[in-house]
Amino acid sequence: METFLLFISAIFVNNIVLAQYLGNCPYLGCSKEKGVAFGMGAAVIFVTIMATLFTYLIQMYVLIPFHLAYLQTIVFILVIAALVQFVEMFLKKMVPPLYKSLGIFLPLITTNCAVLGVAILVQRKEYDLVTSMLYAVAAATGFLLALILMAGIRERFEVTRIPRSMRGVPSGLIMAGLMSLAFMAFKGMIA
Amino acid sequence: MITASVVTLFSLGFISAGLLAVASKVLYVEEDPRIEVVTEALPGANCGGCGYAGCEAYAAAVINDPSVPPNKCCAGGPDVAKRVAELTGKAAGDSEPMVAFRRCMKVEGKVAKKFEYLGVMSCAAAKLVQGGPDACSYACFGLGDCVRACPFDAMWIENNLVHIAPDKCTSCGTCVRTCPNSILELIPRRSRVMVFCSSQDKGKAVKDVCEVGCISCGACIKKCPAQCISMVDDRIVIDHKACLAYGPSCGEVCVEKCPRNILRCLNPEYIAAGPETEPAHYPEESHVADLNA
Repeated sequence: METFLLFISAIFVNNIVLAQYLGNCPYLGCSKEKGVAFGMGAAVIFVTIMATLFTYLIQMYVLIPFHLAYLQTIVFILVIAALVQFVEMFLKKMVPPLYKSLGIFLPLITTNCAVLGVAILVQRKEYDLVTSMLYAVAAATGFLLALILMAGIRERFEVTRIPRSMRGVPSGLIMAGLMSLAFMAFKGMIA
Repeated sequence: MITASVVTLFSLGFISAGLLAVASKVLYVEEDPRIEVVTEALPGANCGGCGYAGCEAYAAAVINDPSVPPNKCCAGGPDVAKRVAELTGKAAGDSEPMVAFRRCMKVEGKVAKKFEYLGVMSCAAAKLVQGGPDACSYACFGLGDCVRACPFDAMWIENNLVHIAPDKCTSCGTCVRTCPNSILELIPRRSRVMVFCSSQDKGKAVKDVCEVGCISCGACIKKCPAQCISMVDDRIVIDHKACLAYGPSCGEVCVEKCPRNILRCLNPEYIAAGPETEPAHYPEESHVADLNA
């Protein structure tokens, strides 16, 4: 039940994009087609899990024992950047088909603040390792959900008569705001 | 505190750098190094003139597939073809340098307007409204879809008519694919004569709307001693290969016989002086409205 609530909370109530406003850049940038949105979402899930695991271990075994918790943000950025580089090389060698489909998105994720956000949030909420991993999966799934919903809407926009000044990014931003408002309806259901 | 921070970050950075360095050796993927070399030898404009998705895709194809010829890059021309052939060990073949050509003289022909077009300033959009604003439905709209499409800045609009800078044109064919009226065509740079009209209408219909339109009289077809002029889909087509092979001994009898002055010599100085002749003047910047602005 706890796990179920954690998932509902991270995917809907505290959606990383629509309720916590993290990762807006790939949210708007990669949501023009459903296929691309899915690729980006899958890559984010993958990287978020890896990043949360590694940053959790660093926090536990390096930062806290040496009283360096104030270096959290900068250390996490460094670790995530190095990790993404490594994952890219690893996939290229070991799983070429996956690299072909995720390849272009991986460098983009290096600076995706949703990934960094999840890594820092699990520290702030003081989850244990298992809960942290589950939270990472759930939050990244929330990102995927938001991305695919947005892509579906924007695909419809392509064939809709929209005033010229509103085409593209302006209508995208307004949609993002409306979706965020819609997700606000969940607010308060679960902490 | 500062020392601790610096030491921590430095060592963490150093460790990650070391791990990544090791990883890049262990996880090194064998890629054909020639692909990179060939990609660098190509112009890198990703115009798609070769039929592949960008220069790198063509480089991979020309190396991996023995049936792909090395002279597909029209933007690079014979120099690049030679270099690619060297790198891939394939026979270069001859790649005739081509250039884009506009088969329309609507300004000279005084083509009237059917109506004043005030819609979106794009040829594709104008074409949708009653086949376009010009009385001749095979005329250049001059709204610059090709200018925007050209990856090499080789085109500009002047007097509602598109112009091509031959020294910048790489014959990638992007404009030919863009033009909704199909009035652009790739012809060999050495071409001697060309038809300056692309109308497919019957003689009377052409005479009604344009003073220099091709009326399909066929005089040029009958007179050409090399028989390299023919009528395909109601348009004059010149077999430039056969024309160039025959040489100038015919004295351009087709140009002489054309009653509408629509078959013309392509800059005679050009033929005399060889391919190094200066092109016609062209302005520094194109005067095409930016659709996205």
